[in-house]
Amino acid sequence: MSEATTKGHSNHSFSRRLFLFIGSMELAITLLLTLAVASVIGTVLQQNQPYADYVIKFGPFWFEVFDKLGLYDVYSALWFIAILALLVISTSVCVIRHFPAMLKEMWQLRTNVQKKSLRAMHHSAQWQSSDPIETVADNLQQEFKKLGFRSRQTVKQDDAILISAMRGGMNRLGYLFTHIAIVVICVGGLFDSNMPLKLAEWRGDIKIETRDLSIREIPAESRLAVGGQGFRGTVSIPEGKASEVVFLPVRDGYLLQELPFRIEVKDFRIEHYANGQPKSFESDLVIHDDELDAPLEETISVNHPLIYRGHAIYQASFSDGGSILTMDAWPLDSRAGTEPVAIQTKVFENRQMLWGQETMQLEMTNFRPFNINPDPTEEDSRNLRDFGPNFTFKLRTETGEAREYENYMFPVERDGREYFLSGVRNSPAEPFAYLYLPVDEQGSLKQFLQYSALLRDEELVSGVANSMMKEALAVMPERDETLEVSLQQTLETLIKMFVRGGFDEVRNFIDNNLPDAERDNLAPAYLGMLREMLARIYFSMDGVDPQTVTNDQLLFLQDTVDAIGTLSRYGSPVFLHLTDFEHIQSTGLQIARAPGKNVVYFGCALLIIGVFLLFYLPQRRLWAWVEKTTEQTEIILAGSTNRNAREFDMFFMEQQTELARKTGNSNL
Amino acid sequence: MTTNTEIMTRPAAHTWWWYGLLLLATIGILTIYQDVLDVYEVSILIFTAISMGLVGNHWPGFRAHAVAVAILSLIALQLYGTDLGAAETNGLLKYMLASQSAIMWMSVFFIAATFTYFGGLIFRSDYTEKVGSAFTWIATTFGMTGLMVRWRETHMMGADIGYIPVSNLYEVFILFAVVTALIYLFYERRYQVRSLGGFVLLVISAAVIFQLWYAFERNAHEIQPLVPALQSYWMKIHVPANFIGYGAFAMAAMIGIAYLLVNWRMEKSPNSGMVKAMPPLTMMDDLMYKSIALGFAFFTVATILGALWAAEAWGGYWSWDPKETWALIVWLNYAAWLHMRMTKGWSGAPMAWWAIVGLFVTLFAFLGVNMFLSGLHSYGTL
Repeated sequence: MSEATTKGHSNHSFSRRLFLFIGSMELAITLLLTLAVASVIGTVLQQNQPYADYVIKFGPFWFEVFDKLGLYDVYSALWFIAILALLVISTSVCVIRHFPAMLKEMWQLRTNVQKKSLRAMHHSAQWQSSDPIETVADNLQQEFKKLGFRSRQTVKQDDAILISAMRGGMNRLGYLFTHIAIVVICVGGLFDSNMPLKLAEWRGDIKIETRDLSIREIPAESRLAVGGQGFRGTVSIPEGKASEVVFLPVRDGYLLQELPFRIEVKDFRIEHYANGQPKSFESDLVIHDDELDAPLEETISVNHPLIYRGHAIYQASFSDGGSILTMDAWPLDSRAGTEPVAIQTKVFENRQMLWGQETMQLEMTNFRPFNINPDPTEEDSRNLRDFGPNFTFKLRTETGEAREYENYMFPVERDGREYFLSGVRNSPAEPFAYLYLPVDEQGSLKQFLQYSALLRDEELVSGVANSMMKEALAVMPERDETLEVSLQQTLETLIKMFVRGGFDEVRNFIDNNLPDAERDNLAPAYLGMLREMLARIYFSMDGVDPQTVTNDQLLFLQDTVDAIGTLSRYGSPVFLHLTDFEHIQSTGLQIARAPGKNVVYFGCALLIIGVFLLFYLPQRRLWAWVEKTTEQTEIILAGSTNRNAREFDMFFMEQQTELARKTGNSNL
Repeated sequence: MTTNTEIMTRPAAHTWWWYGLLLLATIGILTIYQDVLDVYEVSILIFTAISMGLVGNHWPGFRAHAVAVAILSLIALQLYGTDLGAAETNGLLKYMLASQSAIMWMSVFFIAATFTYFGGLIFRSDYTEKVGSAFTWIATTFGMTGLMVRWRETHMMGADIGYIPVSNLYEVFILFAVVTALIYLFYERRYQVRSLGGFVLLVISAAVIFQLWYAFERNAHEIQPLVPALQSYWMKIHVPANFIGYGAFAMAAMIGIAYLLVNWRMEKSPNSGMVKAMPPLTMMDDLMYKSIALGFAFFTVATILGALWAAEAWGGYWSWDPKETWALIVWLNYAAWLHMRMTKGWSGAPMAWWAIVGLFVTLFAFLGVNMFLSGLHSYGTL
C-alpha cells in the first residue's frame, strides 16, 4: 500500500527485501482480493449447522475433507485468520514505511525548488509586474491566503523570492487514518472473536461439549469462568425462571459461559399488528447481582438491548418454555380401544404410551397459541387468518422411527364444513400432509369414531353384506349358492381392505387380482359396491335414515369415508385433541461482552474520516517565483495536486488569470 | 465564472433563501413532530438539512428539485387529509400524486429519458439531450415525491404501522433509481456532458422495469408493517448511505461500458461519429474513478452504520452474516480497484472491465444474497 514508488533496491539483505515485499502494493491487492474470494465460501455454505446435516449433504468423504479445511466455520479457520493477519501485517508495514514521508509531505512547504523546474511543471504560468519584488511577493502571499493556502517566502539568490504554498495537507492524514483504521479494527475485532477460545482449546485448557446435558452435568473443562474475555452466547429462559450462564456455540458443540449476575425472566410478550404480523417481542427482565442494592428491573425488546456491567443483553428469539397441555387421545383404530383417554403433558416431555400391543414414545416438541397463516380459502395469499393454537409432537416406535405431527386445537372450516386438522410428516424436510377429520354436530369426533368402529364390527359388516347380496341377487331367476357366498365374501373383503388401506388398497386389489379382460367392466362395479356398503353401514347408525337423510349427513359420510381412506398413511393409532393449555413461553436472550468494541468503533471513525480526507481534500501546492529582471518584476506561477487533476486544471487556469490581473501589468 | 471548483465549501451569497428555507422547514418539522421524534431522529433531521444545504449550495438543479418535491408532497398531504381512500376519489391524487401514481410517472419519465438521451446521442442533437436531462429531473422529482407521500401513507395505514419507505425491496428500488439519477445529474452538470446519460439511464430503467414487474406480479407495492428487527432509526441513515454507494457503483459500471464501446470504436475508426459524440476517454476514466470513490466513501459509511445497528439488533457488530460478508466483499473489491488506480496508476480498459465486474458483485450483494442465501438479512426476499 505504498504511495511513493520504491526505487530499485537490488543489493539489500533478505530481511529488508521481505519487509519491502510484505509492505508492497502487489501483496496488499492480492490479499484484498483473496480475502474477498475466501469470504464467499462462508456465504454459500451455511455456517455452523448441525454436523449431521453436513454429513447428509456431502457424504462421509467430503464431509471429512471440508471439516479438515474448516469450512463449517470458515471465518475462524486457521487459514482464513492467517490471510487476515497477513493483511494486517502488510498494512502495518506499509504505514510504518511511509509514516515519516507522509508527515513530511503533510507539513513541509517545498522551499528548495528551482526556477527551471517550476517552468517545466505541467501547470505553469508567467507574467510581469512593475512593482518591486517584495510588494508583489506580499500581495501574492495575501492572495494565496485568501484561497486557503498556507505559504512561506524564501529569499533566493540575490533578487528573487520564492513563495511556497500548500493547501489540503490533511489529505495525507487520510492515507494514515484509513490504513491505521484497518489495523485498529482488526485488532479490536480479535479481542471479541473466538480466537482466545481457540487458543485455549488448542492448549487443551477447555473442551467443547457436544452432548445434550443439563447445566449441572456439564463438566468443568467446558465451563468458562467470569472474566474479562469477550463472548457472544445465547440462553433460553422460561418465564418465571432465571439463569446465570449462557451457551457459546462452537462448531458442533458448545461451551458454558458463567455470568457475574443472574437474569430472571418475569414475562415474555409478543404484540401483533392488526393484520396479525408480529409487531414487537419484549421480555421483562430482573437482574440479580450482589453489587446491586435492589434487583434491577428492565424491559428489553428487539433493537433495545440492556447493557449491564459491560454485558449487552439482547432479545434474540423465543420458544416454548414447557407449556402444560391437556388433551384427549381419540382412538383411530381398534388397537387403541374405543373411548378417548385424557392425557396431561408438557412441551419437551417424553412419555411412553401403551396402545394395544404397541408402546410408542410421545415426544411433545412445541406449542403455539396463534398460527397466523395465509388463509387457504382466500385467493390472495397475503390475507392472513389465525388458525388458533396448535402443538407439535413426535411419535416414536420401538424401533426408533419417528413421525412428526402437528395438531390444531380448534376445528378449521372448509367449504362450510368443519374439520380437526392434523399434519403428519416422516422427516423435517417434507411438508406436512394434512388429515381432515370431520366434526359432528356436537363439535366432537364421536360420530366419526362410531362410524369407523362400525366398519370394524365384523358382525355388522357381515349382516349388511348379506342383505345387500340378497337384494342384488333377487333379480336372478335361480339361487346360486356359490355366487352368494362369493359375493358376500367380496363385499366383506372390500370393507376390510378399505379399513386397512383406503381406496388405494381397493384399487390395488382391482389392478392385481382381476382378469385383464374384465377389469374395465368390473372396476366400477367393485367401487360402486364398496360405496354402497359404506353408505349402508352409515345408515345403520342411530338417527340416520336412508329415507330422510339430509345433504349434510351425506357430506359428513363423504368426509368420514375420505378421512378413513387416508388413515393408513397417518400412522398414529390415536388423534390427540388439545382441550386445554397453560402457555409458558421462554425468551431467547443473546448475551455478548465485547471488550474490543470501542476499539473497533474508534477504528471505524478513523476509517470514515480518512476516506473522506483522502477523496475530497486534494493536496494542492502552488509556487510563485518572483524575480527582479532588468526593467521589471517577473513572476512564475506553478502548481501541482495529488488528486482530482481535472478540477485543478480549472482552478489553476482561473487563478493564473486572476493573480496576473491583481499583481501584474495588464499587458498579458 | 467564480471559483466553484471546490464544491460544498462556502455558501454562495445568492443562495441565502435556500438555507433560510431549509432552516424554516427543519424548525417546522421539529415543532409539529416534537412529541414523536426522539433525539436520534432529531439529529438525523438536522444532519439531513445540513447535507441538503451543502449539496444545493452550488447546484441550482438540486434546489429546484427539493422545492418541487416539497411542494408536491405538501399538496398530496393536504389532499389526503386523514383519508387514505382519497387516493381513489381525488383526481389529482389518483392520477399524479398518490405514491403509486407518482412512482408510475417516475417510471414513465425514466424510460422516456433513456430513449431521449440515446436519441440525442445518435442524432447528435444537443436539444434532444437537454430534453433527456429534463425528463430525468422530472422522473427524479416524481420518484422522490412518491417516496415522501408513501411515507405519509404508511402512517395513515395505522398509527403503529408508519415507517420510512426505504424498508423493503420494492421501496429501495425506487430509492436506487432516484439516487443514481441524482448522482448522474450532479456529474452531468459538473462535466457539462450529456452523452453519457443514456448509458446511466439504462441501469436505472432496468431497475424501474424490475420494480414494475415486482409491483404487478407480486403486489410488492402494498404497504406491510415492519418486522420488529427493522423498527429502528438506523434505517433512516443506513439504507440511504448504502444506496448512494450502490448508485455510484452502478454509474461507474455504466460509464465503464461507454468507455469500452468508445475505446473499441476508436481502435477501428478513430473518426467515427460515435467517438466524436462521446466525451474523451480520459474524462470517462476520470468520471469512473470519481463515482467509485464516491460510492466507496458512502459504502464504507453505510457498512459501518450497519455494523452499529447490528450491534444493537443482533447482539454483535459483525456476525459474518451473508449480507454483511457480501458487503465486505464489495468493499474489498473496490478497495483493490482504488489502490490499483491511485497508487499503481492503472487506468483505461482494464479498470473499466473491473468496474463492470464490480457492478455484478454489488448486484449480488444487493439482490443475490436475499434471493439465494439465507441469513439474518432475510427481509427483502422475492
